[in-house]
Parts: sequence; C-alpha cells; structure tokens
Amino acid sequence: MSVKSLVSISDYSKEKILQILDKAAAFEKNPNQKILDGKVVATLFFEPSTRTRLSFETAVNRLGGRVIGFADASTTSGTKGETLKDTIKMVSNYVDLIVMRNPIEGAARYASEISNIPVINAGDGANQHPTQTMLDLYSIKKTQGRLDNLNICMVGDLKYGRTVHSLIMAMSHFNPTFSFIAPDELKLPEQHKMFCKSQGIKFEEHSELNEQNIADTDILYMTRVQKERFTDLFEYEKVKNVYILKNSLLEHTKPNLKILHPLPRVNEIEQEVDENEKAYYFQQAKNGVYARQAVICDLLGL
Amino acid sequence: MDKDNKKELKVAALKDGTVIDHIPSDKLFKVISILKLEDCKCQMTFGFNLDSHKIGKKGIIKVAEKFLRQDEVNKVAVLAPNAKINIIKDYEVIEKKTLELPDEFIGSMKCMNPKCITNNEPMASKFITIDKEKGLFKCHYCERVVKSEDLIIE
Repeated sequence: MSVKSLVSISDYSKEKILQILDKAAAFEKNPNQKILDGKVVATLFFEPSTRTRLSFETAVNRLGGRVIGFADASTTSGTKGETLKDTIKMVSNYVDLIVMRNPIEGAARYASEISNIPVINAGDGANQHPTQTMLDLYSIKKTQGRLDNLNICMVGDLKYGRTVHSLIMAMSHFNPTFSFIAPDELKLPEQHKMFCKSQGIKFEEHSELNEQNIADTDILYMTRVQKERFTDLFEYEKVKNVYILKNSLLEHTKPNLKILHPLPRVNEIEQEVDENEKAYYFQQAKNGVYARQAVICDLLGL
Repeated sequence: MDKDNKKELKVAALKDGTVIDHIPSDKLFKVISILKLEDCKCQMTFGFNLDSHKIGKKGIIKVAEKFLRQDEVNKVAVLAPNAKINIIKDYEVIEKKTLELPDEFIGSMKCMNPKCITNNEPMASKFITIDKEKGLFKCHYCERVVKSEDLIIE
C-alpha cells in the first residue's frame, strides 16, 4: 500500500525537509487554524510519553481536529494477545491519521505497510523518532538563521540516543561539522561513523565535555547519560559528573551558541543554565507543536 | 590414472543434481543446515577439509536429483559468496551459477534484534543488501545494519 507516511527521517529528502520547515514557520505565526476541521487523529501510545503525545494532541487541537487514542497499552486488546496488525487495521478504519509510539523497533514501518491511512512514527524503541528530528532542525534553523555549515556538538549517550542518530542523518544534507562527546561505553556506533565518512562529513570524537571541546560550537546538543545503560556501574560513577553542563563552561563559547536537549533532562544540565540566554531546550519543545502541525498537514495533503 | 583424476575420485560422480563447490570448510555444515539437507531423501555426498588452492580448505556438497530454488541460492550467497554451484544432467555440467547477493531478502533471514517487530509479530522479515562487497545488510523494519556472519538464516 503506497499511502504516504513518516516513519524514518530518511523518508524525507532535503527538499522535503526544507518545505516542512517553511510550513512549520507559517504555523508558528498562526498556530490556530481550522485546517483539520472534521478530521480525527488517533494517538496510539503503547509506551509512556508526555511531551510527544501532548504536543501531537496540541498540534491537532489547535488546527481544529479531534483526537482519539490511548496513552497506556495496558488498556488495549494487545494485552489479550491482539497483534499490532489487527489493531492498526481496525484503527485505520476509524480515523484519518495514526500517530504511534511503540517500544518495538520497526513497528511503525510495519504499521505504515498495513494501514490505508498515513502513519506518523512517534518513536519506535531505539530506532527512529522523525518528528523530534524535524523540531530539532526547526530549532537549529530558527536560532542560527540557516542549516548549512554549522558546528554541531553532540554530548552524552551517543550509542543508544535515537535523536542523535536521526539528527546526524538529517543534517548530512547541510554540510555540518560534528563533534561527538561521549564516555567510552556510550560512543557513537560504527554504523553512524561509517555513514558520516560515506557522506564526506567531518567529525571528531572526544571523551570530555570541557571549554576547549565546545569553543567553536554553534549547536550544543545535550542528551541524558542514563545509568541503566551501563553494564559496569563503576564506569557510570566515573563519568556521570563529567557530562554536566554548567554556566561556567559556557563563558567562552560563541555568542550564537544554543543548547538543545530532546528532554527529559535529569541532571545533565544544571538548573542555573535555564536562565542563560544560550539555553533553548524549552523553546525547542514548544517548536515541536509547529513542526508536528506541518508534518500532519503535509501527510494529509492539506 | 593420473594424479588429478585420483583427486577427483575422492567424491562420487553425480548423474543428475547439484554440486556446490568451493564452500569454505567452516561454512560447510551451516550450508547443509540452511538448505535443510538433513531432511532430504536424496543421495548426497559431502566433502570436508578438502585441499583447495584458492581457499585453503574447502567443502563440497553433491546432491542427487535436487536443484536449488533461487531463494536457496540466495541463502548460500550470504554464507559463502565465492561458492560455485553447478547443475549436472547426465554427468555433464549444464549450468554454472555465479552467486550474487540479491538487493533484498524476504522471509529467509531472522533479525538478531529481539526488539525488532519481525520477532514480535507473525510476519516475514525483510533485509536490504546495502553493501554487496562487504556483505552488509539492513533490516527493513528496525533499521539495524548487520554483517553477513551475524545473520541468522532460516
């Protein structure tokens, strides 16, 4: 079935990315419109989420559409052994668009193949979360005035962080220079370094977050170093404080630097940084509504 | 009888069937397994650790009255890309198949990722060949990239 869906950021060409970002900018100027009047969107969250679900639902509500769905898989027939296929077949008969988060990787791709209506992947395990990438791109473009030729520094869990992997893929269209800062246990997997090399993208790797390593950075993309990712807790104790961003680290950074974080944040960014004009993570989350409005309307051909 | 002919006789001649030659020795039993030859009623001869100028030690499989389907040939291509498959009719080689990895595999390989949808729903797996020379494949669903030696062939 060849219905348009958004499953992976690689489904979007460079032109499509730019087109969606323009659309998002238009929604930021005018977020309340009746474009989705009469449309029903299902948000199927088989795994908990606050930001993503609420921002999708806000996006739909502000455009005059209605939302059905669930935020907890334990209330669904999945607990009775219903397959994902049957759930998607049924829901796609009810609504105009499906937004799905599922901890099983590839679930969204499979759903998009079964469904006769568009499916948006709102996260499938450690695999993809393309609307997060779109709001990251939107935030980068908005704060830097461009996407091309930027120095992007990614910090923290670069091994399991799906937002990191998708952002690398998306930014590959715009000649970035990457700096990857991660503890040994959470370094960027070979697959993604090979991708950078194949695209001729310059990158360097460091194991310490210090002034020197972020001196040329335009975008500082922070992620959470999760304790549960470490097989050796001794290693975690050694590194946990190395990746905490404080105001003192930001003193000599470029004036245009902005700090992004896909959130939730735990302790990797000190509370004091929230007041720093370089902090942008809360506005970034707000941009998610506009980026999602743009993606939804594009998939529905509106 | 010259020296070369004596070597040939180590493996029985075949009237009709398939010869898979130049299998690296360490892959022989795996090839037997993925082709499910143990369930086959045909006559078979296996050669193991035979001397090979090209690859050191090689394995060979001769199966009477069996001709491989394309999906079976593809599976052999993943495991032993340099193997040679000859089709024999009336003691003559009537066709030599060169192995080439197909652009995609549907249903014949299992994704190693336990969290992949293909291991959690009754559905067929699908892999895309992304680098034929290096033998790299990407799961169409969970998007993990795996090397041929890490693939589980069913």
